[in-house]
Amino acid sequence: MTQEVTRPVSGQRATRQTAERAELLELRGIGVRLGGRQVLGDVTFAIRKGEFAGLIGPNGAGKTTLLRVILGLQEPSGGQVLVHGEPREKRGGRGKGNKSGIGYVPQKLVIDPDMPLRARDVVSLGLDGHRLGFAFPSRQRRELVDKALRDVGAEKYADARVGELSGGEQQRVLIAHALISRPRLLLLDEPLANLDLKSEQEIVAVLGRLVREHEISVLLSAHDMNPLLRVMDRIVYVANGKVATGSTDEVVTSEGLTRLYGHHVDVVRVRGRVLVVAGE
Amino acid sequence: MHYLLEPGLLASGPVRTALLTGAVVAIASGVIGVFAVTRGQSFAGHSLADVAAAGGAGAFLAGLNQFWGFLAAGIAAAGLMEAAGVQRRRGRDVATGVVLGAALGAAALFLYLGTLRTATTGAAFTVLFGSIFVIGPGTVPALVASGAVAVIAVCLLARVLLLASLSPDLARARGVNVRLVGALYLIALAISVSLAAVAIGAVLSTALLIGPAATALRVTRTPVRAMAGAAAIGLAATWLGIVLAYDSYYWPPRGHGWPVSFFVVALVLAGYLLSYARRPRRLAPRSPHEGAECSPA
Repeated sequence: MTQEVTRPVSGQRATRQTAERAELLELRGIGVRLGGRQVLGDVTFAIRKGEFAGLIGPNGAGKTTLLRVILGLQEPSGGQVLVHGEPREKRGGRGKGNKSGIGYVPQKLVIDPDMPLRARDVVSLGLDGHRLGFAFPSRQRRELVDKALRDVGAEKYADARVGELSGGEQQRVLIAHALISRPRLLLLDEPLANLDLKSEQEIVAVLGRLVREHEISVLLSAHDMNPLLRVMDRIVYVANGKVATGSTDEVVTSEGLTRLYGHHVDVVRVRGRVLVVAGE
Repeated sequence: MHYLLEPGLLASGPVRTALLTGAVVAIASGVIGVFAVTRGQSFAGHSLADVAAAGGAGAFLAGLNQFWGFLAAGIAAAGLMEAAGVQRRRGRDVATGVVLGAALGAAALFLYLGTLRTATTGAAFTVLFGSIFVIGPGTVPALVASGAVAVIAVCLLARVLLLASLSPDLARARGVNVRLVGALYLIALAISVSLAAVAIGAVLSTALLIGPAATALRVTRTPVRAMAGAAAIGLAATWLGIVLAYDSYYWPPRGHGWPVSFFVVALVLAGYLLSYARRPRRLAPRSPHEGAECSPA
C-alpha cells in the first residue's frame, strides 16, 4: 500500500496528481442533514479500482445515508461525489439506467413468495428494468443472465421464485442483478445482516472473487467488520458523523477510534478477530 | 328441457354486448390486478371502488352515464391517494378509512335522491352490484377504449413496476421516477375498477381485480404468465357467469334471472380455492443436464 492511504485527507492532492485514473470513487467533504440534524459532516475518502472496501460502523452511524449519497438518492448538504474524476450525475443519469457504472444491492429486501419473479427474472431486470415494455427473450439475454447467475453461484435456483429462496440465496441473486450491467463499482448495503454464518462466509467469498476476477471495486456496509477482515483492502469507518479510512490496522486502533467516536473505546484483538468496546 | 348454451344465446344483442364488455373488463382487471397484488395495493383497489360508487351514484342522480361517474370519481380518488400516500405512510389507513365512509355515505344520498326523482329502484342495485346485461351499445366503445388504454399503459410500465416492487431504491438508483410510475399505475387501477364497476358493480369490482390475479400468482412463476393467467381466469369466470346468469332465467324463482355478479364472484372464489389444491411449489434444483442447452456444442 502506498503512502496516500494513510493520509486520507491531506494526501488527497498528491494522490490526484500521481494516480488520478486509479480513483474510481471519491467523496470530498460530504455533509448530510436529515430533518435539520447533521448526520454526516466533512466525509472525505476515495476508493480505487479493484479495491474491496468495507464501510464499517455501528447501527445508525449513517452508512446507508452515505451509500444513498453515492447513488444520488440523497442530496448532500455540501461536498462532491466524483466517479472517475467526474462529478456524478443525479439519479443514475436521468432515466438512462446504469450509466454511472455503479451497481447497487439494497438493504435487506422482504420479497413476497407470491412475487411473480424467478431468480433469472430478477437478474434480467438488472439489465434493463428501467425501460418501458417487456424484455424480449433472446439467446443473448439468456446467456448474459446465466453467466451472471454462474458468477455468483446461483445457477442452481435460477428458475425458482425469488421470494421462496433463503436470505443468502436472495443476496446472491441481487448481486447478480447488480452485476449484469457490468458496473465498475458495486455498493452493497448490509448484505451480511441476518445471514447464517455459512451464507455469510459464502457471500464474502463470492464478492472477493468478483473483485479479483472482474476488476470491479466493492464498497460494502456492515456493522461487524470481522467477516470481512481477510478480504478488505480498505476500511471506511463511520462513527459520530465522521469517517476514518485506511487499512484495517491503521484505522482500527484504540487511539484512532477514540478520536473518531469522541469518547474512549478499546480495540481488542482476539485470535484474528477485532472487537470494538466502549470504555468507561 | 333446455340447453345451457341455448341456440338463441349469441343472437341476443344484450348478451353479445355483455360478452364483449365482460371480456374487456376481465382482461383489464386481470392484467392490472397482478400488480395490485404484488404492490400490496389490494386495499387501494377496494378504496377506489368505494369512491367510484359515489361517482356512479352521482352520475345516476345527474342523469348521466354511470361509467363516466365511476371513472371521474375513481381517477380523482387515485390523485388524492397519491398525494396523501406518498407524504407519510402512517395515517394513510386512517385517512383512507374516513374518506371511504364519506364516499359511501354520499353514494347512499345520491342513490336515494335519484330514486325519488326517477322512481326507478333498480339504480341502486346497478351501481353497487352491476348489470352487464343493460349496458347501452353506445357505451361499449368508451369501455373498450378505456380498457385498452389502461392495459397498454400497465404493459408498458410492467418492468418498471416489478423493479419498483422489488425495491423502490433499486428503481430510483436506475433513474426511474418511482412516484410518477406509482401515480400512473393508480390511474390505470382506477380505470380498471371503473370498468369492473360497470360490469359487476362497484362493491364487487375488487373481486374481479384481486381474485384472478391472486389465483394466477399462485400457479405461475413469471410476470407475463401471471398477467396472461389472471386475464384468462377472469375471462373464464365472466363468460361462464354470463352464460349461467342467462340460463338462470329458468331457475327458481322462474322468470327472473340471477345477477351475473353473483356467478362471476362465485366462480372467481372457486378458482382461487382450487389453486390451493396444488402441491407446494418449492422447486427442486434443476438437473445438470438441463443446463447443457446453453453450453457451446
